[in-house]
Amino acid sequence: MIDQEDFRPDPDELLKKINESESENTRGRLKIYFGMCAGVGKTYALLEDAHKAKSNGIDTAIGFVETHKRRETEKMTVGLETIPRKSIQYRGAIFEEFDIDATLERKPKLVIVDEAAHTNIPGCRHPKRYQDILELLDNGIDVLTAVNVQHLESRAETVKQITGSEIRETVPDSFIDRADEIEVVDITPDELLQRLSEGKVYTPEQSKRAIKNFFKKGNLTALREMVLRLTAERVDHQLRDYKAKEGIDRVWKSGQRLMVAIGPGPHSLELIRWTRRLSSTMEASWIAVYIESDKPLKDDEREGLARNLELAKDLGAEIITSTGLNVVNALLRIARLNNVTQIVVGKSRLQNFLTPKTIVDKLVEQSGEIDVYIVGGDEFTPKGLFPKIDFKFSTSLLQYFYAILSVVTTAVLSFQIKEDIGYQTISFIFLFLITLMPLVNFGRGPIIVASILSALIWDFFFIPPIFTIHISNTHDVLMIILFFVIAIVSGGLTAKVKAQERFVRSREERTNALFQISKGLSEAKNLDDVADIAVQSLKQFFRINATLLFVKESGELSPTAHRSSTFIPSDQEWYIAEWGFKNHQRSGKTTGNLPSAKALYIPIESSRTIYGIVGLEFTNENTPNFEQQTFLNSVIDRISAAVEREYLNNLAKNSLVIAESENLYKTLFNSLSHELKTPITTILAASSTLRNKNSSENSSLILDEIEKAGSRLNRLVENLLDMTRLESGRLSTHKELNELSEVVASAIRYVKNLHVENEFVFKCDSSDTLFEFDYRLIEQSLINVIHNCSQYSPKEGRIYVTLSKTPTEFSIVIEDEGPGFAQESLAHIFDKFYRAPGAKAGGTGLGLSIAKGFIEAHNGMISAENRIPNGAKFQIIFPIIKDYKPVDDEQ
Amino acid sequence: MMNSKHTILVIDDEPQIRSILKIILESAQLKVIMAETGKEGVVMAATHQPDLILLDLGLPDIDGHTVLSEIRQWSNVCIIILSVRKGEEDIVPALNEGADDFLTKPFNSAELIARINAHLRRTGKTNDEPIFSNGNLKIDFVKRLVTVDGIEVKLTVKEYSVLTELAKNVGKVLTQRQLLKSVWGPSYTEQPQYLRVFVAQLRKKIETLSNKHSLIVTEPGVGYRMPDLHSEL
Repeated sequence: MIDQEDFRPDPDELLKKINESESENTRGRLKIYFGMCAGVGKTYALLEDAHKAKSNGIDTAIGFVETHKRRETEKMTVGLETIPRKSIQYRGAIFEEFDIDATLERKPKLVIVDEAAHTNIPGCRHPKRYQDILELLDNGIDVLTAVNVQHLESRAETVKQITGSEIRETVPDSFIDRADEIEVVDITPDELLQRLSEGKVYTPEQSKRAIKNFFKKGNLTALREMVLRLTAERVDHQLRDYKAKEGIDRVWKSGQRLMVAIGPGPHSLELIRWTRRLSSTMEASWIAVYIESDKPLKDDEREGLARNLELAKDLGAEIITSTGLNVVNALLRIARLNNVTQIVVGKSRLQNFLTPKTIVDKLVEQSGEIDVYIVGGDEFTPKGLFPKIDFKFSTSLLQYFYAILSVVTTAVLSFQIKEDIGYQTISFIFLFLITLMPLVNFGRGPIIVASILSALIWDFFFIPPIFTIHISNTHDVLMIILFFVIAIVSGGLTAKVKAQERFVRSREERTNALFQISKGLSEAKNLDDVADIAVQSLKQFFRINATLLFVKESGELSPTAHRSSTFIPSDQEWYIAEWGFKNHQRSGKTTGNLPSAKALYIPIESSRTIYGIVGLEFTNENTPNFEQQTFLNSVIDRISAAVEREYLNNLAKNSLVIAESENLYKTLFNSLSHELKTPITTILAASSTLRNKNSSENSSLILDEIEKAGSRLNRLVENLLDMTRLESGRLSTHKELNELSEVVASAIRYVKNLHVENEFVFKCDSSDTLFEFDYRLIEQSLINVIHNCSQYSPKEGRIYVTLSKTPTEFSIVIEDEGPGFAQESLAHIFDKFYRAPGAKAGGTGLGLSIAKGFIEAHNGMISAENRIPNGAKFQIIFPIIKDYKPVDDEQ
Repeated sequence: MMNSKHTILVIDDEPQIRSILKIILESAQLKVIMAETGKEGVVMAATHQPDLILLDLGLPDIDGHTVLSEIRQWSNVCIIILSVRKGEEDIVPALNEGADDFLTKPFNSAELIARINAHLRRTGKTNDEPIFSNGNLKIDFVKRLVTVDGIEVKLTVKEYSVLTELAKNVGKVLTQRQLLKSVWGPSYTEQPQYLRVFVAQLRKKIETLSNKHSLIVTEPGVGYRMPDLHSEL
């Protein structure tokens, strides 16, 4: 019986299938004509298909075709639309290149772009033409192109070995993997040679040279085999993929995972290609790992490492870099963490001086269940215990001076007591001195110099016969040897300890910096804060100028840099950033997209959304080295996370506003409908009563009621309009210089006109109450507060309004003689729609909340408390920002 | 009080506002003619030669400002703007373009009538009376003497100019720009702070307990007005 579980497709697999078929719909289709070398007729086949497509009604255009003046081929271009090429001037000459912008603008359904491996002239968007093609595909344009087997990254080395010629123009294997269709254009080597000699490929002169070098029959046969094998492998994969898709057979992935350990050396390139080939045969994913050790990389090594990692990435590897003094442990740790089943390493040539085992030996020994492939090479030159003795003046000359001085001083002093203690004991004094040296941080060089010097001095001045270097005693010979051994061992140890210290310190610095950045970012309160901290951190830790461009609401990249930016991209640079933004890719300096830029532009993005671009401007001096780049990447990750957090926060805030306005609506319908209906009822009832002639003696009372109801409705509408303005966050204040005393008086007058019977007492202790404020808003606030007081006052109760001024603030105190506030309502009286328990009928609970909003828009403050002995007391405070001096007009 | 009935032209597209205005104005012994649209309003202003125009800024066909400037090309008739909201941004431009006053809806009918009467009186009489009096304020233009409750008030030259400017236009709102221009000259029109500090000083000198905040009234966001204390009770 078959276990049902085994038939269940892996969810990841299904997801991948869905994603693939989705992207198949939006992305353009790529067809590659694949041949063993030039002259097999790829371009011809390509044009033939283009004609077919055109006659089928597909919008077809030629983007770039190199006919090499071959007549047959040239004939084939007739009748197809050709997009004009772009002319670029470079070093005085004019070059014609494929014009990607023109093609994107023209947007045919199918475009022909020959020779994917071509290297573009500097000044083009991408360094390589295949990158142009990828962009076309991303924009939904189908592409026909041609590639020779020698152009394939993973085969370049092999082709070089076969033909002996260096291959410069390559395309990454991932490009071939991207192809929806591959057509092999195949002719036999004999046929090709025939065509060559007929002059169909090159001019007779060129042909002769070609046949002598590249186009040897042996070469051609080998290349042809490569083409056919590669295609067969692919067909095999396609078949399996198809089966997997259709669920015909249980061909789920083996779960194999390869890991290749690489270093900065050129041999790693071969290791990477080897692993790629293995991974593609095994259908396994693969990781390329670099272990950063204690030894800092030299400049050329750094470049080599970057090149190696780039290649691995191009060939589809996942890149992991880690640190660790013990390479073996680090490799195994990463392997286990990533469920690696096979490790690929290069063969070590050198063995350790003190331990007979190479790193590879140790790896094999400790790898346990993981298989280890050892591929010829010298990647793991040990850098451990046996130190290379180099007299680099890495330590300062001063150290050498002190080392020599201390030896000489010891010698002089010892010479005085030589007679008393005997010459042999003196050797111990020297030895003691040398063993002390590492402790006081002497470098390797000075220690060795000191030990040689001590040995010579001891020999020359102390060992009898003195003033000769002759030694008769075996004892003494042994002692001399001992000098050297101790010197070398302590020198080595110091160097190691120091290196470790440096290593630990730089890690500590990085961790610390990362911690500080993360802390800063997590404490940031808004996007502006995040931007400030991000830019400052980049400046502080990398000495890099940065610019931040965020996404606009419309989804486009903002044309202006965030104000925190330390450099502003030029228009041209902005387009480069925008390109990266649109394509979700890094662009500019050190990338494959528009590398002529002054800065590197990195998308700030999460898995789904792009939030902007961070631009980093660095010169050759402060270009981040490899270690810094890893660090930089994690910093960018933190920044992206923080930016995303802020965007999500804003989103959450917006939905909160929506929720609140929904609440507003609800309250409107529940309670305000009552508020609206009451005055309307009054007006309608009153006016119909007026129509009845009998009630004429009451008419003035009835008219009073209509007027009251009308002003109540008006007040309600004003309140709702004000609240909406506050809620929408679009409250704009028109601040003007006005007299506070006037606005207070005017508010009191207004409330008095609302048929309020209270007596008002207005005290103003200052004649200078000029202050910059929005008259209408402050008047409205005061009306609301004073009206509120009058509502809760007994009829005969007074309302006191006191305006006073101190050097720093204006204070308006409004008091009534009503019941005051209940303790529990005191905290809520400024809340929207809050109505104190037992409040009089009428009122919306908006007045005080609006007053508070308006006052706060003037940097003011309103507070409420109970008045002693009874009543409510409101206090409004405005800070005085500027004192207005009287104007002298008598010029 | 008035010999002949004054004619008021109402230009407003709201039928309800037109009919209530008709009732209010006719009960105040004024003759009312109406226009529904801006174009009609301009034509009626030309053909009927009204003594005063009530103009709503929000009209369906042509903008109230256009109506205003068209009428101003050939007539100095008093025009009062009606607007929906206080502090509406186009009140100030309208006043600077030549409107005489403004009222915000909803308005009090008593206030409307008082304003209209004040403006009709102002246009009806010649402005060369040597003595101006409003409430407890008296200005003798010939002697350049200002008294409050009969007590002389010492004013600087500029203070006197501001006060007389407001007095000559009593009942009418003056925008900051208009005041600055006529007292300080055109180059000062963008310095409202100056005027505001100045008015505060002036008020201190002429205001007494009985006329506190009533001789010079701030029109928020617009400018100042000296209310006609005779017609507004």
